Amino acid sequence: MTKATEKDMLESIGKKSLDDLFSNIPEKFKLPRDLNLPRSHSEMEVTRRIQELAGKNKPADNGRVFLGSGIGMHYVPAIVPALATRAEFLTSYTSYQAEVSQGMLQTLFEYQSLLAEILEIDVVNSSMYDMATAVAEAARMTARVKKQRSKFLVPGTMNPEHYQVLYTYTEPADIQLDRIEYDEKTGLMLLSDLESKMNEKVAGVYIENPSYLGFIESQVDEVSKIVHDYDALLVTGVDVLSLGLIRPPGNYGADIVIAEGQHLGSPMSFGGPLLGIFGCINDRKLIYQMPGRLVGMTKTEKEPYEDGYVLTLSPREQHIRREKATSNICSNQALAAVTAAIYLSLLGPAGLKQVGETIAYNANYTAKMLDKIPGVKAPAIGESIWKEFVVQFQKNVSAKDVHEGLLARGFHGGKILTDEYPALGESMLFCVTEIHSKETIDELIQAVKDIMSQGGAKS
Amino acid sequence: MKQHHLDDNKVSQAKWDEPLIFERSIPGVVGHVFPAAEPDLIHVAGKLEDIIPSTMTRKDPPRIPEVSEPGIARHFTRLSQMNFAVNLGTYPLGSCTMKYNPAENNWAASTPGFAWLHPLQDSSMTQGALEMMWELERWLGEITGMDAVTLQPAAGAQGEWTGVMMMREYHRCFTEECELRTEMLIPDAAHGTNPASAAMAGYKVVVIPSSKEGLVDLDAIKEAAGSRTAGLMLTNPNTIGVFEKDIGEITDIVHDAGGLVYYDGANFNAIMGKVRPGDMGFDVVHLNLHKSFSTPHGGGGPGAGPVGVTEKLKEFLPVPRVIKKDDGSFDLDYDYPRSIGKVKSFYGNFGVLIRAYSYIYALGAEGLERASEVAVLNANYIAHHVRKIPGFTLPYSQDAPRMHECVISAEELKERTEVTAMNIAKRLLDFGVHAPTVYFPLIVPEALMIEPTETESRQELDYFISALEKISEEAHEDPERVKRAPHSTAVGLLDEYRAAHPKTLTLSYRMYQEYQKQDGD
Repeated sequence: MTKATEKDMLESIGKKSLDDLFSNIPEKFKLPRDLNLPRSHSEMEVTRRIQELAGKNKPADNGRVFLGSGIGMHYVPAIVPALATRAEFLTSYTSYQAEVSQGMLQTLFEYQSLLAEILEIDVVNSSMYDMATAVAEAARMTARVKKQRSKFLVPGTMNPEHYQVLYTYTEPADIQLDRIEYDEKTGLMLLSDLESKMNEKVAGVYIENPSYLGFIESQVDEVSKIVHDYDALLVTGVDVLSLGLIRPPGNYGADIVIAEGQHLGSPMSFGGPLLGIFGCINDRKLIYQMPGRLVGMTKTEKEPYEDGYVLTLSPREQHIRREKATSNICSNQALAAVTAAIYLSLLGPAGLKQVGETIAYNANYTAKMLDKIPGVKAPAIGESIWKEFVVQFQKNVSAKDVHEGLLARGFHGGKILTDEYPALGESMLFCVTEIHSKETIDELIQAVKDIMSQGGAKS
Repeated sequence: MKQHHLDDNKVSQAKWDEPLIFERSIPGVVGHVFPAAEPDLIHVAGKLEDIIPSTMTRKDPPRIPEVSEPGIARHFTRLSQMNFAVNLGTYPLGSCTMKYNPAENNWAASTPGFAWLHPLQDSSMTQGALEMMWELERWLGEITGMDAVTLQPAAGAQGEWTGVMMMREYHRCFTEECELRTEMLIPDAAHGTNPASAAMAGYKVVVIPSSKEGLVDLDAIKEAAGSRTAGLMLTNPNTIGVFEKDIGEITDIVHDAGGLVYYDGANFNAIMGKVRPGDMGFDVVHLNLHKSFSTPHGGGGPGAGPVGVTEKLKEFLPVPRVIKKDDGSFDLDYDYPRSIGKVKSFYGNFGVLIRAYSYIYALGAEGLERASEVAVLNANYIAHHVRKIPGFTLPYSQDAPRMHECVISAEELKERTEVTAMNIAKRLLDFGVHAPTVYFPLIVPEALMIEPTETESRQELDYFISALEKISEEAHEDPERVKRAPHSTAVGLLDEYRAAHPKTLTLSYRMYQEYQKQDGD
């Protein structure tokens, strides 16, 4: 704004100076100095600073990083960000005025619908922050649906970071968490332990499939039966990209389904923004207790009664229900949901199956080749793996040695599990996806071989 | 004021007869091909039926559409054209701060050095990311007058809850009165997220009524504050857009009662460089980077809700914290035993943080202060001219300047013409501008909460004011014209009752097909 316009506008409202507009701020609180921040910079200078910072990072786009643990390192087809970052989507607010926001609302309805088909569940909300907060909100939801019940059981192999967030969310709601033991060889949930922990206090039971440690939980029908025999809710966490191959959770009786949606076309971006996928079965007792926004299909009030989309069931939400709302969530991850809708539409059933297969082959190849190396066991837990798997190092070579050896060779191995799962010994959680070529995987195998044969020496 | 010729016949939103993506499906079409796994790799990996246990194999492929890439491009481009956005026009949603989002900042977030960084990479590979976070924490601390900042919360509401959880931890660890201090004081004009966040942290919400000036009622606060008070959550400037001039007394009352004071940063765009929550006596502050710091809203998110605290609350911040080591390198530190733990995965909405970093670096101290000045001038300009339009009033504290937003009441217009705030909102859409927030705060009948932000030019403000003048005229002369609005949007008024009714509730294509099947039976 020019000084001339400023003067005109001030005159027009009968004020002498800008200071008059800040007259309600008590003098004693006014900041008597300038903020201690950098000076202003031209766009070109900003670009240089950003490039300088980005240049200090070593990103994973060379395909030589084998980390997963909740973040998906996947290929993003160019059309996905090209469409999702169109300014009409990017610079809009939550669709409070539906008639002028049909583009966002229809896209979010399609997001909800695409996920509903893949998960085989009827209702998916229009996003939570991430999978960790989704499981936390799911636990709170089970306790609202099953009143008088306050226990939530989780697998002993649960993603530890998700568990930490779950704990932060459930503790003030007086929900008690309990871990179900697992078989140390197969990783599978011990059904006897689940049975022994089930009672009329259990509101919900959580399973992950594939699990955090990578193995496929194959006892889903048995678990589902036990949980429902006790009239509790089954909450299932899945990897959407596995669902072209693996049975969808709705198929084995999951009542609430959660997943991480960053895998679906969004960059890793150092861990955020992510996308919490959250769905449930078509049961009003559950739907009315759901957190988050929902887009519904409707018609215009007048002829010709065209189809249209609106935010609906908002009496669950904070702006209407205030302290009695199902959650405090307001801003969510809508643009990541738009991205996921475009990504999944592009893939279709064939693409989803193909990417799932490629991952299965690449990961199983890597595990088998690593397992051949003396002193290396892969997978160190579980019989069937899809994308991630535990690699254990023996012969007095520590996971840290391997980690550093790989760094020195231009690779990044899996997440070190030694502290999280001491029972697994010196181990790492590797993740192999469609972005890893056979050539790179073979180089990785050779690097691990060298490190092991040198007893962990760096190079 | 320069007069604009308003003609809603010249304005029309794009309209495409675009079906659901499911209805664009042609069996057999493949939109994207991934490189297939190599045969000798498959040979070692084994057959799929040996990899996936047979009981766990998906039998029926998901019924998602099969569309080519050009079909996808057309579908979503058409949908995008039926969506109003800041880049299309004035978007004066009160409390949402819909300012322009500089293009540069989106580039910054998408640069591969940031976008392709895995959060668990060795810190030797992520020094630039950690340095950015470390610097941003310090800048936000300086801007708010707080001693330490976490960037972890994903949105404003999550920031509120994180802040309240730290207040709770403070009472548990220091005052050892966690069990006694069970109440959170919240003004009746507060954003809905405040009571919802307090309740999620286990607190009983005590509502503080507003005074007849629309400010926090000091007597009511004095009465409510006591040994059961954990704290007060406050927005300043408040939701009617007026700065709480008694803020010193308010924070004193709560502190004297042993409580802490929380600052809701939704309205921070009014005060950057002018006054700091820390100097006013607040203990905890959240900021919405998607508001004051210009990161795009993306149709509802992602945002980011960093939280700043004073020294005494520092040890309760979520883990990990970004640290700078003696050798000048950066790292993540999880060793804070009294931390409230983790509130979300990893370190926050990093892509949003880069945009805010880039924004602050561009504007600097001087630019941020100027942004607030112009935002406040624009809001006062709107308030001054709109309150003169027949049917509109400016309730509460009429002589006090407005800050970043103003709340106009259309109650008189409704009494005279039966045209409601919602009718006005819908009619505004016909003039190519977005509606303000309506029916909030609850203390203003027929509320129109208008926040123009600093990035609207005077011409655009004048156009918006003329649109409201025109609607007021129409309401008096031809109220049905207003009540039937909108006329120029992609669709006409939508039936919200039908959307929510149990018999017609349709939340997915799956549910839609169920209804079709039932209708066919």
